[in-house]
Amino acid sequence: MRKKIANWGNYPVMESDEKTFTFTEELKEMLRKKNNVIARGNGRCYGDASLAENTISTIKYDKAISFNTEKGIFECQSGMMLSDILTVIVPKGWFLPVTPGTKFITVGGAVGSDVHGKNHHVDGSFSNYIIEMDIMLATGELVTCSPSSYSDLFQATCGGMGLTGVITKVTFRLKKIETSFIKQKQVKANNLEEIIHLFEEYKHYTYSVAWIDCQKKGPHFGRSILILGEHATQADLSEKQKKEPMQLPKKKQINFPFNLPSWVLNSLTVKIFNFLYYVKNFKKEINNVVSYEPFFYPLDAILNWNRGYGKKGFIQYQFVLPLEAKQGLIEILHKISNEGLGSFLTVLKVFGKQDSLISFPMEGYTLALDFPVRKGLFEFCDELDQIVLKYAGRLYMSKDARMKPEVLAKGYASLDQFKNIVKKYDPNHKFLSTQSERLLLTNN
Amino acid sequence: MPTVLILGAASDMAHAIAKSFAEHNYDVQLAARNVTRLNTFRTDIELRQNVHCTLHEFDALQFGSHEYFFKELHPKPDVCICVFAVMDDEDAAFNNWSITERMIDTNFTGAVSILNVAAKYYQSQKQGVIAGVSSVAGERGRQSKLIYGSTKAAFTAYLDALRNKLYKDNVHVVTVKPGFVYTKMTEELTLPAAITAKPEEVGKAVYKAVKNRKNTVYVRWTWKWIMLIIRNIPEFQFKKMKL
Repeated sequence: MRKKIANWGNYPVMESDEKTFTFTEELKEMLRKKNNVIARGNGRCYGDASLAENTISTIKYDKAISFNTEKGIFECQSGMMLSDILTVIVPKGWFLPVTPGTKFITVGGAVGSDVHGKNHHVDGSFSNYIIEMDIMLATGELVTCSPSSYSDLFQATCGGMGLTGVITKVTFRLKKIETSFIKQKQVKANNLEEIIHLFEEYKHYTYSVAWIDCQKKGPHFGRSILILGEHATQADLSEKQKKEPMQLPKKKQINFPFNLPSWVLNSLTVKIFNFLYYVKNFKKEINNVVSYEPFFYPLDAILNWNRGYGKKGFIQYQFVLPLEAKQGLIEILHKISNEGLGSFLTVLKVFGKQDSLISFPMEGYTLALDFPVRKGLFEFCDELDQIVLKYAGRLYMSKDARMKPEVLAKGYASLDQFKNIVKKYDPNHKFLSTQSERLLLTNN
Repeated sequence: MPTVLILGAASDMAHAIAKSFAEHNYDVQLAARNVTRLNTFRTDIELRQNVHCTLHEFDALQFGSHEYFFKELHPKPDVCICVFAVMDDEDAAFNNWSITERMIDTNFTGAVSILNVAAKYYQSQKQGVIAGVSSVAGERGRQSKLIYGSTKAAFTAYLDALRNKLYKDNVHVVTVKPGFVYTKMTEELTLPAAITAKPEEVGKAVYKAVKNRKNTVYVRWTWKWIMLIIRNIPEFQFKKMKL
């Protein structure tokens, strides 16, 4: 059916013929008939990575296939959502090895974006845990690939934004947990120096991320709250929590019912929000044991929170800079606060080492900011891109809706190799997206 | 644990109904043609809901096999739900008898054939519930659903009659008329969102109807009123309309 679709940022919006499938034979038939297609999961990437003239939704191809509760190995179809996987695995004492800040993404999307989480510095990205996966190529052939078999296809699919084919099935390793709770620590930092120091001091923590106030100038420039966590053991739980150590969080969700007018978000409201967010942590340090839901997925509690940015939508700008490029981080944050373009919930995190073909993470600082779409924004982002490149950083394709092709090429050293593998498996570029066209990934 | 049998288990709607019963701790028997292709449906229900799920080969058009099919079910289901139906292009069906015949044989003859078998068993046990997924299209014959609507009208009449017949035996029959539903059958149509249900809603509605022993249920309440109006348009007017 032809309909208007957009991803999480509501920018851009485009008309697409979206189809679903339940059996691989149906998928094969679709690929035989259509060109210019891209697979699409739950549409939680921010920009245009899963938009195309023809989209194949995996949302109904969502069956759980096997779960080895001894070894912690899970196998499912690509449209299964992380939220659904959690309800199956948590009661049996297992957790996702890597999870992004929302659980409303499909496994196929997690692979296509090679998602990272708060534990990247110790556990790496999602693709580290894949044992094998099935991909339907443009020819309709179903290929099983892994780090050792069809390894080029495997590498180009992890973080490859769906350009190699349609991921149909993924088998991956889980993480053992003793309880479903998280032992959380929050530490306030007065400025950027302090937060960077804190990241170093607490780097042995499995989970770490910082919220940063990117509008504050002067001595409190870069004030933040560092949020740390470990999976809680039985001994960490309160008496009440001990009764049901593996409990799933209660479903408490509120819905953002409509698009806010775009003027609501301005530098004043962002300032007030950031101020309140910072002062709500009255003490310098807070320690508590919480359910995994508010720790990993605070924003999932508000369905459709993206409507807060209004009808015009927003973009998320996420980049990573090498560890030695702290100066670049300061430069970018200064530029943003001078522009008054502050974003709600700016997130700072330190990545660990990663050496993959086309995945986003690399050792260094990553910062993610939300900017409502408005006049002049893209020009401003182009300027930020130049600073990112100057310090040898790069941008995250899953968040991108506007990057220029040369920015991608300069940021990703193995881009040509990636393009060659894509071309090897899909010489006629049956698979392409608005993004891949813009970034010149699928031109001949 | 009680067991539910889903006849025609390959569709989106059937899957949602199966899940909804599994969520309420029913073991599930999935019956369909080439049923091995539903193996992932089985694993999915078992892993998500921690219930037993089994696959059973069933062809609605092989009327002669139905008795044997039901005999081979162990345990016998407490609830039997008939979901299968085909909806072909009406122009094609009008011009090609084999398409018309297949629709009638699947949607009506096949359904009656297997439900008679189930009904006789439940009658002998003095308990059991049968639910049939019919359609609002069966409430009034109209040109755009010439054959499909007729098969569903016949099926609705059969279900109502069966409910009447089995009442004294403590066996209950539910008639489900879902209205528009977002399924693969309707993927190419542009449906009005306000009166179109998701398969999950149908699943929940069928479970509730079986549990509360309802007679006839629509999934979205608006359909009850829409159909009331459509049923009451005078025929001299209705016959000129393009519905």
